[in-house]
Amino acid sequence: MLEIKNIHATVGGNAILKGINLTVNGGEVHAIMGPNGAGKSTLGNVLAGRDGYDVTAGSVTYRGQDLLDMAPDARARDGLFMGFQYPVELPGVNGMTFLRMAANAVRGHRGLEPLDGMDFLKLLKTKMAELEMDDALLKRSVNVGFSGGEKKRNEIIQMAIMDPHLMILDETDSGLDIDALKLVSQGINLMRGEDKAIVMITHYQRLLDYVKPDFVHVLVDGRFVDSGGPELALKLEREGYAAYGVHEAA
Amino acid sequence: MSSIETQKTIEEASGDYKYGFVTDIEMDMAPKGLNEDIVRFISAKKNEPEWMLEYRLKAYRAWLKAEDPEWARVDYPEIDFQDIHYYAAPKTDADNPKSLDEIDPDILATYEKLGIPLREQEVLAGIVGSPNVAVDAVFDSVSVATTYKAKLEEIGVIFCSFSEAVLEHPELIKKYLGSVVPAGDNFYATLNAAVFSDGTFVYIPKGVRCPMELSTYFRINTANTGQFERTLIIADEGSHVSYLEGCTAPMRDENQLHAAVVELIALDDAEIKYSTVQNWYPGNKDGVGGIYNFVTKRGVCRGKNSKISWTQVETGSAITWKYPSCILQGDGSVGEFYSVAITNNYQQADTGTKMIHIGKNTTSKIISKGISAGFAQNTYRGMVKIMPGAENARNFTQCDSLLMGDQCGAHTVPYIEVRNPTAQVEHEATTSKISEDQMFYCLQRGLEPEEAISMIVNGFCREVMQQLPMEFAVEAQKLLGISLEGSVG
Ligand SMILES: Nc1ncnc2c1ncn2[C@@H]1O[C@H](COP(=O)(O)OP(=O)(O)O)[C@@H](O)[C@H]1O
Ligand SMILES: [Mg+2]
Repeated sequence: MLEIKNIHATVGGNAILKGINLTVNGGEVHAIMGPNGAGKSTLGNVLAGRDGYDVTAGSVTYRGQDLLDMAPDARARDGLFMGFQYPVELPGVNGMTFLRMAANAVRGHRGLEPLDGMDFLKLLKTKMAELEMDDALLKRSVNVGFSGGEKKRNEIIQMAIMDPHLMILDETDSGLDIDALKLVSQGINLMRGEDKAIVMITHYQRLLDYVKPDFVHVLVDGRFVDSGGPELALKLEREGYAAYGVHEAA
Repeated sequence: MSSIETQKTIEEASGDYKYGFVTDIEMDMAPKGLNEDIVRFISAKKNEPEWMLEYRLKAYRAWLKAEDPEWARVDYPEIDFQDIHYYAAPKTDADNPKSLDEIDPDILATYEKLGIPLREQEVLAGIVGSPNVAVDAVFDSVSVATTYKAKLEEIGVIFCSFSEAVLEHPELIKKYLGSVVPAGDNFYATLNAAVFSDGTFVYIPKGVRCPMELSTYFRINTANTGQFERTLIIADEGSHVSYLEGCTAPMRDENQLHAAVVELIALDDAEIKYSTVQNWYPGNKDGVGGIYNFVTKRGVCRGKNSKISWTQVETGSAITWKYPSCILQGDGSVGEFYSVAITNNYQQADTGTKMIHIGKNTTSKIISKGISAGFAQNTYRGMVKIMPGAENARNFTQCDSLLMGDQCGAHTVPYIEVRNPTAQVEHEATTSKISEDQMFYCLQRGLEPEEAISMIVNGFCREVMQQLPMEFAVEAQKLLGISLEGSVG
């Protein structure tokens, strides 16, 4: 699915990623943990192709293609989804319309007919029932005036509708109360499958109680400094990143 | 070259402005230039009564002494008013075609290509997607067809070409023509009063709610002509009407002048909703060609609790100079102005409104969205004037500008004059850019860059777009995207 080889990247001229290697296969769930400013979001942005994140060395293969050669929107249409740490407000853009356009962009790429309003509503209804969410959010402008939790829920809805292959979820669990966390976790678990892979960037082990990862990686100062199974996350929860020479402010 | 071939070639050359074709058709033209004889020529063409000719001649003489206004933030070379044809009409056997069968098939084909329904039977037969709209089609200097006249007549609604109204309803024309925009109002309005060739007349009788959208579709076709049309809408007591105008023109290297005058009159408890989707040819990406759209639009809320609402989506023209305004004379009357003006490449727009509060408890609302891309200049110019007798007048103004790139300009020029201390006047203005965050978010959801921009811009304009009659909203939304093509990156 995804093979990252020795990626170095700069943001605004500063070297942030300093040699990242990671292989993610279909069916796997990976968690990336690390202190603030380690470069976790940067890695997500580099994979999604955001402007201003310059890869200075290394390569990334995604579903047999040179990922770094693809435009950001082409990556998205080819099934690379990023759940945003800070979902963006689009004033005046109706949530339903936005979602249908996103769904149809992916469908077009897959050689499927675009969904008209009626068919889209049917699909939406099915997905919302699976997610146990209601579509009230979609009647408003995208993310405008949403609470933190609502924004994250909206990301999950978009993910479910776009049906991506690779999901990079950047702190999708931050700022959620326990009920919202359960709901969001359930949404993530629904996406698991043989031909799907999930990379969760998180600060807290508690998400991992609900979405069991196969691998946990520790990112410090632009490099992976440790990898292991779910037990590594528990250890980090107890001991912090001190073992890696990091002393996080409380 | 046949007209169909011409259309194809031009379409291939243009790509984005899809209305840029020319209809190849025999025209009846006035010689170039302007003098009293031309004014008489136009009047004679229309078999006008003496009083109408006198009105024109008086305006012509006033125009000779008037000066081209210079206060707007627009730049253009001096216009040679002697190098323009002031009358161009498709040749017909009968002077005024009475039914669609008598209209030149090339003209019918033109409107079909523009997506304007001139065939009533299609609507009556309930063809899916055909809008509930009556159309007056103005081709260069004349109205070539007006649909649903008979059906509207049954309920007393007069919907016809201006020329016809002069002959058939002289009492209404004499009473209202020039009563809102006097013949000597400004340089271009005065020119229009002298040489106007056609346009639309609407009268809604007392207590009637017009059952369909009325619309005029203006098409400039012939080279070196100016279009000077005149629209007059009267909503009698307690009546209601929604009216829409659309405009397109061929792509040409020379600039062409469009100087229209629109007058609206709303009597007691009447409401007029006037929407414009202006898509005149804007010129090419280097700023060559395009329409000079110098238009005077004004409505008067003459009666108590009357309402006039202007909605405009301005995407076309090389230069737009227009300020659809409301004179709020009746107590409790309401004026609204909703505007989207998009300028790309070298387009210039200086547009806005005037709200003149005269009556007590009058309210006005101004929502203006300006979008600038390329090297374009976009100015909002608005006046809110509260006269001494306007107790408890209220105005709310919101002016938002969106800039795309750093070569374009957005300017907001509000004039506020309050002469009654009970007035409440609020003005808010913002200037923003499409943020990199918003773009990336849309791209990450699979939208192409152009789609993303179109979506964000449509969102920015939503408050205004929502005001458009449903039949036109979708078209207008697409137009916003098309107008900004090439502005990404
Ligand atoms: N747009 C940006 N411009 C400049 N520096 C940035 C930008 N985005 C992130 N950085 C810097 O890159 C480093 C890593 O940030 P980030 O990837 O967001 O960390 P994390 O997600 O692990 O908390 C930080 O030092 C941050 O200040
Ligand atoms: Mg982060």
